[in-house]
Amino acid sequence: MHEKAKDAVASFVAGRTSRRELFGYGAKLGLGAATMGFLLNEAQTTAQAADFDWQYYKGKTVNLLLNKHPYADAIIADLENFKKLTGMDVKYDVFPEDVYFDKITAALSSGSTQYDAFMTGAYQTWQYGPAGWLEDLNEYIKDPKWTNPAYAWDDVLPNLKASTSWSGVPGAALGGEGAKQWAVPLAFELNSITYNKRIFDKAKVEPAKNLPELVEIAAKIQGSGQNVYGIGTRGSRSWATIHPGYLSAFANYGGKDFEVADGKLKAAMNSAAGKEMTALWVDMIKSSGPRNWSTYTWYQVGTDLGAGASGMIYDADVLGYFMNGGDNKEAGNLAFSAFAPNPKGSSPTPNVWIWSLALNSYSSQKGPAWWFVQWATGTEHGLFGAQKMDLVNPVRNKIWQDETFRARIAKSYPGYLEQYAASSPGSKIYFTPQPLFFNLTTEWAASLQRMVAGELPVSEGLDELAANVDNQLKQAGLG
Amino acid sequence: MATATLKGRPTLTRRPARHRLLPYLLSLPALLVCIGILVPFATAVAYSLQRYNSSLPYLRKWIWWGNYQTFLTDSAFWNTVYVSLSYTIWTVGIELLLGLAIALLLQRTTRFNNAAAIACLLPLMIAPALAALMWKLMTNPDFGILSYLVGLIGLSDFRWASSPSTAMFTVVLIDVWVYTPFIMILLLAGLRALPRQPFEAAELDGVPASFVFFRITLPMLMPYILTAVLFRLLDAIQQFDIVYAMTQGGPGDRLMVFQVQAYLERFQYLNVGRSAAFLMVLWLITFILSNLFIKNWLRLRERARGAV
Repeated sequence: MHEKAKDAVASFVAGRTSRRELFGYGAKLGLGAATMGFLLNEAQTTAQAADFDWQYYKGKTVNLLLNKHPYADAIIADLENFKKLTGMDVKYDVFPEDVYFDKITAALSSGSTQYDAFMTGAYQTWQYGPAGWLEDLNEYIKDPKWTNPAYAWDDVLPNLKASTSWSGVPGAALGGEGAKQWAVPLAFELNSITYNKRIFDKAKVEPAKNLPELVEIAAKIQGSGQNVYGIGTRGSRSWATIHPGYLSAFANYGGKDFEVADGKLKAAMNSAAGKEMTALWVDMIKSSGPRNWSTYTWYQVGTDLGAGASGMIYDADVLGYFMNGGDNKEAGNLAFSAFAPNPKGSSPTPNVWIWSLALNSYSSQKGPAWWFVQWATGTEHGLFGAQKMDLVNPVRNKIWQDETFRARIAKSYPGYLEQYAASSPGSKIYFTPQPLFFNLTTEWAASLQRMVAGELPVSEGLDELAANVDNQLKQAGLG
Repeated sequence: MATATLKGRPTLTRRPARHRLLPYLLSLPALLVCIGILVPFATAVAYSLQRYNSSLPYLRKWIWWGNYQTFLTDSAFWNTVYVSLSYTIWTVGIELLLGLAIALLLQRTTRFNNAAAIACLLPLMIAPALAALMWKLMTNPDFGILSYLVGLIGLSDFRWASSPSTAMFTVVLIDVWVYTPFIMILLLAGLRALPRQPFEAAELDGVPASFVFFRITLPMLMPYILTAVLFRLLDAIQQFDIVYAMTQGGPGDRLMVFQVQAYLERFQYLNVGRSAAFLMVLWLITFILSNLFIKNWLRLRERARGAV
């Protein structure tokens, strides 16, 4: 019976039968979905090995630095398959996000060879790439000697590929001329509304269609007598406060962070559109945000939603996804809504955060490390993560079309796929790439804090911010 | 050592090599420690004289006093100086008063006082960053016990570290909670070590307690006070963990102390030159303060010895 099942799986891998037929046949043989899944995984690993010499670096050990995250959990859960496929060993350190990027910065800036590959965000590559700490992965991806023909780089969502590649010229477009691929996307999050249906029903409100409506609805929830606050957004003195909901709305209103002229950057966050949107945002936080908003990171935003302390969040869609499961009090009560903040009519423009994998340019084992990176960002691991773990959102078209993945999401996370379909076409990085990103965006967050605290009017605050940013650009030789 | 020769003229004999090398060998550990301190210090000085941002390697160059000159007209820098000094003065001042008061209360050696002194030391056993996280929970406006308690006296919207108007108060409160025991234990040791004779004489003469405190206890205790204040001063002006764990320097720039600014410049902005310049200014302030205190400490110690 086991041999018959193996033959059926081989037939599926060869493309002669569909997944439905495969699992139907397994059921006839009395094998459960878990057993069939195991056999399928094993067969796919074997099939991968047939097209490419995965064993080329057999016996080598790759050292990884990973962030504590469900995406890292998916990698760790699937590592045995990588080891079996390549004959390599993998060692890894996992650090919480609070200290993760400090650890990377310390390792890379000291020229350490301790880690061969590591997880990174796209924004970080704007520092690490020009500093010479990262390998340009185009040299690997585009060379058949280095990359499995089945890797299917073209299957990766184009906006994400572009968002992780940059020429290093301040202000030059992401993915533009001379762009180097500093990292390969692993999974990503875009920013939209996740709301609590139970709280919304009691307050008799529907998800907002634009930002002015969002301000009103958040206030209604706040005043609905349910002992919850209206809307959760990040507010800590960090660049991370700006990049989720705030920048998504800012871009939707037509706001830009910088103008580029004659190769020089000039601050543009104080445009009329930027001021209009920021004024609404500040009003919303003041009237319906968490009382200690200025210390809020993604963690507090998420846990408040999961605990039923907030009516909704305008933050990463995957944060809502994670809070709708597990032991969270409100699991099953959360729903998802795509969001276009500008009432003048447009489609959503969510800014994105992309967890990616990059190669340390000081590594003495770049080959084995690239073997790992192409496996971890390939279709097989992506499918494993999306179907069995929480590797959401996947970065490949093929995975988004996978029936098993879609069925699972549709069943446990109603509305998520529809939200994604509406949000994803406009989702990309809306910041202008430049190496002072963290400095200037943190300054932006500090300004926003002062506006919310009532220390500065919005218009004056954004003008002052733009003047400070211009001054810093000049000092750095970029303005 | 001299020995007699055949001709009766004394000559010097060479000592064994190991004896000659001994002084150098003995000073080697101190030399290594010195190198371990001086090399990073000299490197930081060199960095502070450069425009050096790791993510802009092609713009790296020597600008000599450029970073320091920028500080002169940089409101963010002067804000950092102001915040750091305010934090230091508030925390050390309050801790000194409280520490002294507790030490005076526990001065007599009894079982209860000894147990109380040990209990008072407990906050000092907690890492300041952990203490800050604990306070962050206790001051949470939605479920924090302290928020609940201040709500009972009518302050239902007290926002602790989240509000610019109360952020400094909140971090000073945490610092006082953590470090008052440090001053208390030093002063308690000092009080218990003071000679008894002056106090016995004052008691026999019926001298009022306030006179004894201000004219006998305080002057004799002054070297201990200065020692405690010096340690706390150096530590407070280099504050990082409590402020960073509570607010990362916010809201706005309300709590932007030197170490947080230098840390952000180095580890988040990769601006090595500016970070080093911040730390050099901090070093200079620390150096001046510690020199002032040590000179006064030596003077007062001599005076206290004279008083004995």
